[in-house]
Formats: sequence, C-alpha cells, structure tokens
Amino acid sequence: MTITQDLAVDAVTPEPDDAPSGRRRRAGGGLGRYLLVRFLLIFPTVLILVTVVFVLMRATGDPITAALGGRLPADQLATRIHAAGYDRPLLTQYLEFLSGIARGDFGTTISDHRPVTQVLVTYGTATLELALYALLVAFLVGIPLGRIAAARRDKAPDAALRVSAILAYATPVFFAGMILKLVFAVWLPILPVAGRATTRSTLEMKTQGANTGIYLVDAISTGNWAIVGDVLQHAVLPSLALGLLTAGVFLRLVRTNMIGTLQTGYVEAARSRGVSERRLVRTHAWRPALVPIITVIGLQIAMLLGGAVLTETTFEWKGLGFQLVQYLLARDFVAVQGMVALLAVIVAVTNFVVDVIAALVDPRIRY
Amino acid sequence: MTADIATPAVPPTSDQIAAVMTPEHGPFWHRLPLVHQLRSSVGLQRGMLVAGLVLTAVFVLTAALAPLLAPYSWAQLRDDDGLFGSQLPPSAQHLLGTTVGGYDVLSRVIWGSRTALLVIVVAVVLSLFAGVLLGLLSGYFGGWVDRVLVVVADAIYAFPSLLLAIVAAIVISGGQSKMWGGIFAAAVSITVVFIPQYFRVVRSEVIRVKNEAFVESARVIGASSARIMTRHVLRNSVRTLPLILTLNCSEAILTLAGLGFLGFGIEPSSAAEWGYDLNKALSDVTSGIWWTSVFPGVAIVLTVLGITLVGESLNDLADPRLRTRRAAGRGRIAAATPDDLPVVDETTTGEAR
Repeated sequence: MTITQDLAVDAVTPEPDDAPSGRRRRAGGGLGRYLLVRFLLIFPTVLILVTVVFVLMRATGDPITAALGGRLPADQLATRIHAAGYDRPLLTQYLEFLSGIARGDFGTTISDHRPVTQVLVTYGTATLELALYALLVAFLVGIPLGRIAAARRDKAPDAALRVSAILAYATPVFFAGMILKLVFAVWLPILPVAGRATTRSTLEMKTQGANTGIYLVDAISTGNWAIVGDVLQHAVLPSLALGLLTAGVFLRLVRTNMIGTLQTGYVEAARSRGVSERRLVRTHAWRPALVPIITVIGLQIAMLLGGAVLTETTFEWKGLGFQLVQYLLARDFVAVQGMVALLAVIVAVTNFVVDVIAALVDPRIRY
Repeated sequence: MTADIATPAVPPTSDQIAAVMTPEHGPFWHRLPLVHQLRSSVGLQRGMLVAGLVLTAVFVLTAALAPLLAPYSWAQLRDDDGLFGSQLPPSAQHLLGTTVGGYDVLSRVIWGSRTALLVIVVAVVLSLFAGVLLGLLSGYFGGWVDRVLVVVADAIYAFPSLLLAIVAAIVISGGQSKMWGGIFAAAVSITVVFIPQYFRVVRSEVIRVKNEAFVESARVIGASSARIMTRHVLRNSVRTLPLILTLNCSEAILTLAGLGFLGFGIEPSSAAEWGYDLNKALSDVTSGIWWTSVFPGVAIVLTVLGITLVGESLNDLADPRLRTRRAAGRGRIAAATPDDLPVVDETTTGEAR
C-alpha cells in the first residue's frame, strides 16, 4: 500500500515534456499553464474511463439480455432490445452514449426508469456525508498518530502503531463494520444497528421542510437536539469503519514521509544548531511531509468511494453505493454503467481539485 | 519521495563497488531472496518479517492441505445423522458452528483459503505478464503509444478498483458462477485493476535503465532491440516487483472478498469463499450470532496481515531510509550489504556481473 501510494505521488508529479529546457524554464513557474494543462487532462481521463466501462459492459452482450435473458421468450426479448436501440452498430451506440454524457445525460435505469443523474442527486448527499465523516476520523486519528510513530521511530509506540495501521488495512471495511455492529449495537446496545436516522427523526425532518439531504444539516435546521443526537449516533459506526481504514493509510504515509524529511540536510542543520528534537518534529519536518499527503487524499477519495459501497451495504446507509448494489442485484446494468461513468467524472474532477491544491502548496509541482 | 528528489545519489567509493563485486561469503542459501532479507533485518523489522512469513505459510499450508484439515466438504449440508441444521453455535460436531445456509463454518473457512490462493495466483500471474510486457515495450520504445498507455493507466489507476472489478465481474461471469469460472472471473477482474500498477513501475524503471551506458554499448555492438530489452533492460527493471507483488496479493484477497460480499462471488455449492459467507452473515450479526461472521472475517484479516507484513518488511529493508540498522560493532552485515549502495550503482554492477 505504501509503495503504491509513493508511486502515485511520483506519477502525479508531472514528467518534463519535450519542450527544450530553455523554453520550459521561461514557462516554468507558470501556475496558470499547469492549471490549464491539468484541467484539460480531465477530458481524456473521463473519456478513457467511460470507454473502458462501455467496452466492458458491451463486450459480451446487451443490457436487456443480461437483465431479462432466460425470463422472457426470445421474440419479446428481441422487441425490447430493438425498442431500446441495442441492436444498432456498437459504434453508433458508443457515440450516442458519449454525446449523452457530454450533455450530462448518463442514461435511464431499466428497473425504475429514473435518470441516473437524478439517482445521484437523491443519494449522492448521503455518500458525501459519510465520506466527510470518514475523512474527519481519518485525519483526527491518522495524522497525529503518524507523527508520534515517526518521532518515536523503532520504539514501542512506533511498533504498536505500525502493526495497528497494517491491521486497519488488512481488515475489510465490511468486516470491521460487522464487528463494530456486534460489539456496540448488539452486545452493548448503545448505538443503532443500521440506517441514517430513526424513521421518526426522518419524518420530522421531512415535515419541517429540511431536505438538503445532509442529515446533520437538516437535523440542526429543525432545531431539535434529540434529532441531531439521533443522526450523530447513527453516523458513528459507519464513519469509524470507513475512517479507520483510511486512518491506517494516513498514519503510514505521515510516518514514512516524516522519517524522510527528518533525515534531510536542513533538519540536520537545524539539529546541529541545537533545535530541540521535539521542535524539529513539530515544525521543521512536519510541513514538507504534508505535501504528498494532499496528493494521496485525492487517491483516497477514489478508495473512499469504493469503501463507501461496502460500508453503505453493511450499514444500510442509503447512499450511492447502497443504491448501486441494489441495481446490481436487480441486474440493471444500464444503471450500473451510468453510475460508474458518473463516478468516473466525479473522481476525475476531485483529483483535479486536489492536484490544484497540491500545486498551490508546493511550487515544485509544475509542468 | 520528496527526500529522493532532495538528496542526490552519492557516487560510490571503490570499496563499496568492491564489496558488491565480490560475492558474499557463506553458504549459497544466504543469498536467496527472503533468506538474505531475513539475515539483514534486526529487531522489530525481523519480528514483522517472521510473523508475516509464519502467517503466510499457515495460509498456504491450509490451502494445500484443505482436504485433510476440513472435517466436511465446503458444500456439505448433511452427514450420517441427517442435516446439520442452520445457525448452530460452536459444538463438538461443528467446532465453529454452522451458517444460516446450514454449512459447517470451519470447513468453509478452511476450503476458502484454497479459493483465495487460486485467485491470488491466477490474478498475479496474469497481471504480472501483461503489466511487465506493456511497461517494457512502452518504456523502451516511447512515442505516442507510450503516452496513450500512460494516460490510460493513470485513468484506470485513479478509479475505485472495486467498482472496476464489479464491472469486470459482470462481464466475465454475469455475476454468479461455478468454481473455475468464478475463480477466473474474480482473478481477471482483479487483473484489470493491477495491470496499471505493474505497467507504471516497470515503465519508469525501463526509462531509467535504457539511458545507462551498458545499454548504449550493447546498442553500439549491434544487439537487436529484442535482445537489449530482454537481456539488458528487463532484468534490471524488475527489482521492485516483489514488493508490489506481495501487496497485490493482499489486495487481491480484499477485492475477492469485496466482490463476494456484494454478491458477485462464487456460488456456495461450487467453492467456499469468505466474502460470500460474510455477506450471508450480515443479518446474523443483528441477532447476535457471531460465529458465522467472525471466523471467515478473521481468516481474511490474518491472511492479508501476513502477506502485508512480508511486503512491508521487504519494502523497508529495500529502502535505506527506512531500514533499521544493526547497532555498530554488533555485526558486519549491515555495513556491506549490496543494497546499501545507491540504486543507480546496483544496476551497473548487476550488468557487470
């Protein structure tokens, strides 16, 4: 994991292009050019992912046969396929799919005839809320512990923290969720088993007209603290399950990077000037070690989305991941294709944003 | 990574080169991979490596000896006394209890290791071949093919791997399937995700190595591209692969379990799969039935833990910044092992050997 992440950081740091070095130097430091190139890169990335998804999904057949094959007589199946246009040449379908995406149309689900974008609007906020909580847990747990591990390198705290970080990685997020449920919701029944809020709180929020979809915001806007408490209680276990996984990654990353920066020349120079070890860790080695973390957060967002599918299924957290699984079980592959394509766009855009932040923080990142 | 950029490689002294050129003394098995690493590790790192190796060995042995170890078959529902019954707590007949479907938990946990091992082997072999080949060709020849491949690899790499694996699993098996079909479906789904990783690592190494003097001289002598690639470049570009390999093995298990958990695994009558069992155990948890989920889950955790510990230790031992050094005066190994030298020199000396 650490390795792949190091590589990732490496890859995002752009390679020099073919321009002669003199010209590059003049353009070098041009934040504007970097941002422009990085922005334009979104389009091929999305195009590739969408194409991969399309090719994979259509490589073996059409979605109607996949969904209903064997359940309908052949002639009815053929009528349906014809009506949906899946008997036309693949290239035509591909171009249509692409132009749809360009217009923001990701298709309509077969099972409940809803536009995929509407599914995103309905369920996206729940996933966003879960991801934000999980990131919060990951930051609060992973980064301070990573600092401690680096500062106390090869001592007992480091050993314990590293082993727990590996353990966090080795535990599938759904198993962690099930164990948390077993302990905190069944054996010591102090937290709810599943869902985002009790039916009563949900109704209350609906009737009060609070419908941003982010339950915490909705609950606060009702002004009823019992509802806020209820919503928070429901969020604890899923956020922990998903957040601790990411915390392990952050811990290892902070540790490795800080050990690296603690060995650089300028830290050595500060040490020889008599700066205390504690101050070295706190100020000198700390900030440079943070830069790669910003980049990795971008990759973590992709991992969080994948983890969210599993976490939401475990806790019946009705977000995008939960809904995706419902469509999968219903064998509604148009919905799956649309949602995966939509997620590809989201991932590409968030990665762009993260790279921009990294470039603002670290002036070495330029094309 | 930042430290790599900041600190330029120090040119080696002639003593260091001599240390690499003369083969180490001692029995040949001291130079074997893993044994060499084990000998050069100390303290906590050795503990982690040993623990990882032990866990991995237990996993592989369980998979190999599953027919001897498991009391029942993975799909067995009854014995001479009739049906097992479902959700029975652990007892003398069923040491770890039975599942909601009426299977013996212990047997399915043991047989599950065999499924996991098969998927790992198929997935890693496939992605290794495809990724290394693509990386080698792309890095060596460069040009627009290289650029396109890099953008494709980056795009796939940035995408949630589980989602990609789900899409691939739908295509390959249409969801559920029989044992070998299911194993291949899972393995190929995982392969799609892994190829970019191997591709990127091998490509960047190839680009570095192909500018070395010995490649230049081979070209001057008139060696063909194919010969330079296989003989000179490839062998010097796969140094970091064992590390990625171990980490991918653990990711393969997690992805397989994730697919199984979402209902895209292997049918229970075809093979035992931990993720599937956890999916079926999800509703048991709410009613306090713990044995159906805890045991397959712990099996996943221990297996991934073992393989990851091996990978992490190898990673740290290969990285001079992270390796714990033996205290001065306690042994000579730490001072003169070949991988103490900067990376660049290893390749040149490797060629000279």
